[in-house]
Amino acid sequence: MLFRILKHEDLKKLYDLLSRGNRVIGPVRKGADKDGNPIYAFEEIGDFINIHLDYTTTKIPAKKFFMPFREVMADFRIKGKDWEKKIGFNIGSPFIVFGMHACDINALNKLDKVLLGSHYPMPYYAAKRKNMFIVGIDCIPQPYCFCRSMGSDTALHGFDMFLTDLGDHYFVEILSDTAYNFLRQITNAEPTESDHARYMKAASEKNRKFTAHVDTTDLTKILDMEFQADVWKKWGDQCLSCGTCANVCPTCYCYGVDESVALDLSRAQKIKSLYSCNLIDFAEVAGGHNFRPESHTRLKYRYYHKHRGFVEAYEESLCVGCGRCGESCLAGITVPEVIASVRGGEN
Amino acid sequence: MSSQIKFTDITAGQQRRHFRENDLGAFENTYKAEITAVHRLTAIENLFRIQIVDPTDRKKFVFQPGQFVMLELPGIGEAPFSISSSASRHGDLELCIRRVGSLTNFLFRLDRGTHVGIRGPFGTGFPMDQMHGENILLIAGGLGLAPLRSPIAYVQENRNLFDNVDIIYGTKEPSQLLFTYQYDMWRADDVNLHIIVEKGDPAWKGPVGMITKVLQDIFMHRHADYFQKTYAIVCGPPVMFKFVCTMLNERSIPMEKMFVSLERRMHCGMAKCCRCNIGSTYICLKGPVFDYWSVMNMKEAI
Ligand SMILES: Cc1cc2nc3c(=O)[nH]c(=O)nc-3n(C[C@H](O)[C@H](O)[C@H](O)COP(=O)(O)OP(=O)(O)OC[C@H]3O[C@@H](n4cnc5c(N)ncnc54)[C@H](O)[C@@H]3O)c2cc1C
Ligand code: SF4
Ligand code: SF4
Ligand code: FES
Repeated sequence: MLFRILKHEDLKKLYDLLSRGNRVIGPVRKGADKDGNPIYAFEEIGDFINIHLDYTTTKIPAKKFFMPFREVMADFRIKGKDWEKKIGFNIGSPFIVFGMHACDINALNKLDKVLLGSHYPMPYYAAKRKNMFIVGIDCIPQPYCFCRSMGSDTALHGFDMFLTDLGDHYFVEILSDTAYNFLRQITNAEPTESDHARYMKAASEKNRKFTAHVDTTDLTKILDMEFQADVWKKWGDQCLSCGTCANVCPTCYCYGVDESVALDLSRAQKIKSLYSCNLIDFAEVAGGHNFRPESHTRLKYRYYHKHRGFVEAYEESLCVGCGRCGESCLAGITVPEVIASVRGGEN
Repeated sequence: MSSQIKFTDITAGQQRRHFRENDLGAFENTYKAEITAVHRLTAIENLFRIQIVDPTDRKKFVFQPGQFVMLELPGIGEAPFSISSSASRHGDLELCIRRVGSLTNFLFRLDRGTHVGIRGPFGTGFPMDQMHGENILLIAGGLGLAPLRSPIAYVQENRNLFDNVDIIYGTKEPSQLLFTYQYDMWRADDVNLHIIVEKGDPAWKGPVGMITKVLQDIFMHRHADYFQKTYAIVCGPPVMFKFVCTMLNERSIPMEKMFVSLERRMHCGMAKCCRCNIGSTYICLKGPVFDYWSVMNMKEAI
């Protein structure tokens, strides 16, 4: 990996360079919650001053830009008994994500495993994902973050460049030659020994700020053993089966497909919408049988898929510990609490 | 039909991260297929014969008994159906379909000559080659005969490769029996056919009871060494798996030599939508056919 040092005041130059001819997505301030804390969101940026690089976590991850909640997969033209199907991967124009936290970058890496690296790569995702350029940025751990427990507090790949704020300048990790070539066009420097030391100090200071933890030791086995445990019923009684947790999760990708037809029967569309395994009909099959009829079986399934099934398939969990699901859950269900209670700890 | 992915530069003069388009083509690749015949089997089940329209695609369409296709009615939806005909008939398929909901109701209104879409074949099949030289028990309950008909055709076409062959089939009532017109043909091919219904009617002369009763009766007359070289394929409602497979296991047939087909709702067939996911297993990719040992190790599988 190549490292460079970039002065604070030169960051705008980098932005200008990147945004020339490209869409830029970045964290912006959308308002404030009832306690006056700012609410952030990923949005298209028109001007560098709108980007809030010191943002906490966005309420909703950046997934709408590469995995839209609703997407037309194909169009049909119907003529009597015959029809033509036209597939469109909705490629869109390339874009830059300017200021993505390590957890969200890791979420993309996990999605890549399922949606790109598996048996049938998904072109709808690939079409957008492969046209992204990612500038990562370091973050300040929030009370609900447990990314460190999930091994997602640092990103090792999946970005083009990553910035760590060292006070008056940024420590830049360069991962792609595209990033290298951009950076070549603005003033930057080789980091010195003291920059390295400051970087490591910043990293260890950050580590000390994590308050929420999840013990993942033997978790796959424990989830298997505790499959029938009563704690699931307790959480299930609380859960509203609203699906918000999946909505705000950067790694949830389950979807449903619907078709709709024009009133005159001349055209039809095949539409993909993101779904949630917490919604009641997710595991229903023909004849009305539902494999997961109760809310606790569905809630358990979500944990089971993320913290056991995915680990078995990819040797890592499908959760990056961003804490968004717990933050947004109206029933106050958080991953650290659920896992601790399943492990038999405090609940 | 497949649309191309183009990659635009983000930076000056460089093509970024090239991705092989061929890998992506399969995702929504639909074959246009024509309904060439419709047979009424019962009050709620029809046999649809469909043929891939393009002759080249038809020849290319190869599948294993037990695999399924996603059948698409444009504007209505898509659903998985097991291929219910011989695997040696490429691209000319029979689907035995029960009318249960929106898509199937619409399908039952379509005439011959209508075009439908199919994607696939998807999933795993029954490992027929493994069974060569052995006895086979083909056990079906209700609509389970639909997926079983493809391995039955395989056995018929390669009858000399198998030892003793039994088909054991049960439904609730005689009126629900599928493919009654084929029974004599199966028997003629030296297959023992055992049929049982849970509740007879005045015309019914055959046995009455559960499938497990038939199994008990047959097993009484089989030597211990019969069980040493026997495979079983079990298709039907999930409750049936437990009873039947437990019985087979008691006769020392290893669970790895019993195969079942699992049902889940499927929206993609390509291990993406997670509809059919159980833990780490996508039924559409690693199934629907599983050996019973694997099923025992999956939570909420049946
Ligand atoms: C691998 C595999 C192979 C299969 N093979 C066959 C086969 O060979 N033959 C066959 O007949 N079937 C087969 N099936 C089952 C078949 O896929 C389903 O019967 C089919 O999806 C039904 O589609 P549908 O649109 O007609 O029913 P749907 O409209 O999807 O209805 C199915 C059921 O869902 C419920 N439902 C639907 N809409 C609602 C609603 N709004 N609210 C509440 N409940 C609702 C109902 O209980 C209904 O009975 C197979 C399934 C799998 C997974
Ligand atoms: S866990 Fe919370 S957010 Fe998720 S479905 Fe249940 S109530 Fe909704
Ligand atoms: S499960 Fe919750 S904490 Fe984990 S990645 Fe999803 S939203 Fe973040
Ligand atoms: S049907 Fe979509 S994952 Fe299996």
